[in-house]
Amino acid sequence: MSSTETFLAPVAAATGSHIRIHNLSKMFDQRPVLQNLNLEIGPGEFVAVVGKSGCGKSTLLRLLAGLETPCQGDIHLNGYPLRGINTLARVMFQDPRLLPWRNVLQNVALGLGQQGRSRSHWALQQVGLDHRARDWPTILSGGQKQRVALARALVTQPRLLLLDEPLGALDALTRLEMQHLIEQLWQEQRFTSLLVTHDVEEAVTLADRVLVIHQGTIDLDIPINLPRPRDLTQTELAVLKQRILQRILSR
Amino acid sequence: MISRLSIPTLGRWPRLPWDRLIPWLVPLTLLIVWQLLAQGGLINSRVLPAPTAVAEAALRLTTSGELLKHLTISTWRAAVGFLIGGGLGLFFGVVNGVFRPAELLADSSIQMIRNIPHLAMIPLVILWFGIGDQARIFLVALGVLFPIYVNTFYGIRAIDPGLIEMGQVYGLSPRQLFFQIILPGSLPSVLVGLRYALGIMWLTLIVAETIAAGSGIGYMAMNAREFMQTDVVVLAILLYALLGKLADSAVRWLERLWIAWHPSQNLS
Repeated sequence: MSSTETFLAPVAAATGSHIRIHNLSKMFDQRPVLQNLNLEIGPGEFVAVVGKSGCGKSTLLRLLAGLETPCQGDIHLNGYPLRGINTLARVMFQDPRLLPWRNVLQNVALGLGQQGRSRSHWALQQVGLDHRARDWPTILSGGQKQRVALARALVTQPRLLLLDEPLGALDALTRLEMQHLIEQLWQEQRFTSLLVTHDVEEAVTLADRVLVIHQGTIDLDIPINLPRPRDLTQTELAVLKQRILQRILSR
Repeated sequence: MISRLSIPTLGRWPRLPWDRLIPWLVPLTLLIVWQLLAQGGLINSRVLPAPTAVAEAALRLTTSGELLKHLTISTWRAAVGFLIGGGLGLFFGVVNGVFRPAELLADSSIQMIRNIPHLAMIPLVILWFGIGDQARIFLVALGVLFPIYVNTFYGIRAIDPGLIEMGQVYGLSPRQLFFQIILPGSLPSVLVGLRYALGIMWLTLIVAETIAAGSGIGYMAMNAREFMQTDVVVLAILLYALLGKLADSAVRWLERLWIAWHPSQNLS
């Protein structure tokens, strides 16, 4: 297969998931992590969740993925209640979690049937790694591994992308590249995105809306209506970032 | 990019055409020294016959068909015992590794039996099975069961739980999870168990065949001892070394086939 061949998007773009969370609570061994949380996310919206470590932001993401079950309250996706693993969603974790015994292409094609190959080539092309399709993941750099993980998340064109600090372990330059890539693919495919991050700067550059979580509830919910691609030297962005940071630190 | 695992301080060793011969250098030198000492009369041939005498014995026994007969019966016993014990070890390792209730039920009992040296069972095994092939096969099976069991069990338990969680989120069925994540992830450890088990397989067979048998390499050696045929005894010992090396090469071949992705296989 020649590397110059282009692969078309397998299906026409659909809209992102609509999420409604009502009175959601989660406890671990009597210790409350989320308390009566209410949240609505529109289709195709990019929401970033920030907060101190242990505030419950990762738990919120895991509940949306169906990896945890709520103790109270419910989550509705496109009007249907979520039960078990969320099949509409794909998750990108902090570590790439690639299978070392499968090559890059086979990793992207995980769980896909017959059409897996050409779709996976398409997804790898989106992240600029189709020329590494036959390599073992072990020999890729950290940034490349996360790009493969992104391709694996997007290969089925999910309606909801859950990002659990996916860029936290990358160096600053690679992180900027990945941010651009995620933003660009989101603009093309319009899936709903939830990004959990400890990096306020990352949150304000990428998201339509930033949530601050404190002691298991939403403490601050501010929209960011600035044109993209955003530039951190913009005054409005710097002001927003400062406001969010102060809110987190004052608590 | 990782090219070849080499310790940097030793510098780069160029790959030479005679690299394949280097492992044979030490055995070959020993053989020559042994031959010279035996020829010079420095070693009594009753203690250790010259390599040429051993080679003569090998030739004699090969042409009479005796060697092939003993070799075949030994290999057959080893293979049957290995398949039974290895199969059971793999089965219990997988079941206990995957299902917690099974582990609770069976693991501590298996650990208790594992700590009994299986050769200590010989008197009891003879009482149970007599001195036929069943006894020897039982001992081999018992010996290989535990290294395969332990390494399969821990191989499965050592898989990164993050990978299994990822598989669940990516919609894999329990069957797909097992065949695409759990089984390939535990293979490097299973192969370590296999290598141990093959060593134990030969060891057990030697002991079992020298104690009570009417055929096999071990019998051949014990029989030769009665007639003071030191050359045949040495030949039997060398045969075990050769068979052990063959088994090890088979595992290496499986490693190249099954775990080519593993860092131990020098990715390029």
